[in-house]
Amino acid sequence: MELVTPEIGLVFWTTISFLILFFLLARYAWKPIMGAIGEREKSIEDALLKAEAAKEEMTRLTGENEALLKQARAERDLILKEAKQVKDQIIGEAKAAAQTEGNKIIEKAKVEINNQKAIALADVKNQIATLSIDIAEKILRRQFEDQQKQDELVTDLLKEVKLS
Amino acid sequence: MDLSHILNSKKIKSSFFLAVFSVFFVVKAFAIQDSPKQGKVVNAKQDTYDPTVVILEHIADSHYWHLWGENAIPLPVILYTDKGLETFSSAHFEDGRKAFTGKYYTYKLVNDKVKAVDQSGKIDEAANKKVYDFSITKNVVSLWLACILLLIIFFGVASAYKKTVGKAPKGFQSFIEPVIVFVRDDIARPNIGYKYERFMPLLLTVFFFIWISNMMGLVPFFPGGANLTGNIAVTFVLAAMTLIVVNLNGNKHYWQHIFAPADVPGWLWPLWWIVELLGIVSRPFALMIRLFANITAGHIIVLSLISLIFVFKSIAVAPVSIAFVVFMDVLELLVALLQAFIFTLLTALFIGTATEEHHH
Repeated sequence: MELVTPEIGLVFWTTISFLILFFLLARYAWKPIMGAIGEREKSIEDALLKAEAAKEEMTRLTGENEALLKQARAERDLILKEAKQVKDQIIGEAKAAAQTEGNKIIEKAKVEINNQKAIALADVKNQIATLSIDIAEKILRRQFEDQQKQDELVTDLLKEVKLS
Repeated sequence: MDLSHILNSKKIKSSFFLAVFSVFFVVKAFAIQDSPKQGKVVNAKQDTYDPTVVILEHIADSHYWHLWGENAIPLPVILYTDKGLETFSSAHFEDGRKAFTGKYYTYKLVNDKVKAVDQSGKIDEAANKKVYDFSITKNVVSLWLACILLLIIFFGVASAYKKTVGKAPKGFQSFIEPVIVFVRDDIARPNIGYKYERFMPLLLTVFFFIWISNMMGLVPFFPGGANLTGNIAVTFVLAAMTLIVVNLNGNKHYWQHIFAPADVPGWLWPLWWIVELLGIVSRPFALMIRLFANITAGHIIVLSLISLIFVFKSIAVAPVSIAFVVFMDVLELLVALLQAFIFTLLTALFIGTATEEHHH
């Protein structure tokens, strides 16, 4: 029975000691320890959340980059296409202009050639006419030396006139 | 709680434990053999070895701290009498052989208890009722050693936390932290709920106090050896703390359930109050008995096994005793932790039921 009877002395000392132990530990041990553990857990959780956020941000940025790249590519294609169009247009225009200009020059040249030809022809005609007249004159001089031959010629000429 | 990894590590280190407990065993055997008071007295009287006396003496409190052979530390005796305070050393009793006359009464050690005696040496019952023993006994010293050990350990760990703010725990800190986190995540949180933080200091103090005291009780020589948590006064105080904390923190629902239960007819209420009152007291009472009985039983078994050698008066029994004592000591190591866990768990559970929010 003595074994299961609490003794007043030990109860007294245990109560006092335990309470002192409790307050000392609570104030100087559990408070900083629990605080530190809690803080560390919080910081780890924060770090994980931040990592997750960074990952998301990364995916977002990658996506954005891709979109930008796509857009840039499309723009480049568009610009190239436009440039090609402009080039074609310019070439076409140049061609057309060159054609017209060429045509004009050719036309002009033709006109000039014709003019020159006409002038040359006229000159040649004049010279031929002069020569012909000279020749004819000389011939006539010779022909008219002989009466008979004059007559023959007149006859021939008359024949020709008739024919023409 | 999964303990398989502990058991596995025990297997690995079994040779180490065997060595340690062999030493313990030898010391225990000597402690019993050398027992200065009882052993000689009993032997002189009957010339036979009475294990009951020896065992009960070893698990009981004492005014001496026996070291080895005839050497024991006399501890101070503090008596509160109706006439005033008396303090003297227990050395004056000379192991109970002599009476000591103090300022107010004459005292003698009877079964290691201080009793007031009259001139003829007989116990003076009338005077004894006025004398209260507040001596610094073996258990009180052991209690203080446990407290000092706890303070050293946890002040050290706390300062380690201040040094390594936001970093991983190091050294001893990393051994303690999982235990603290275990108390928080497996004892406090699931049983108390979101208000657990308020009760963490109490739960941690109770847990580590019981654990350390249990472990110290397993060490058979000086700093240990006292049967602290196997003393009903100590478990009584611990259980009383639980009782007080639980009822001080009981909320409206808790008290309403006790004094005005909605689903019990009014004429039954007086009976209900009695039942509930019994419930309030019996829960910490069970805590008190459980811890006391478990630790005391462990000590008794170990002491009985060693006593076998002296009962049979044969060294041939020693190997068998050693084997069983080693086994028991390993088991007691587990029990030391387990009882601390159970006490803390049930305290948390009671606090949880008292502070629970009901949603009808």
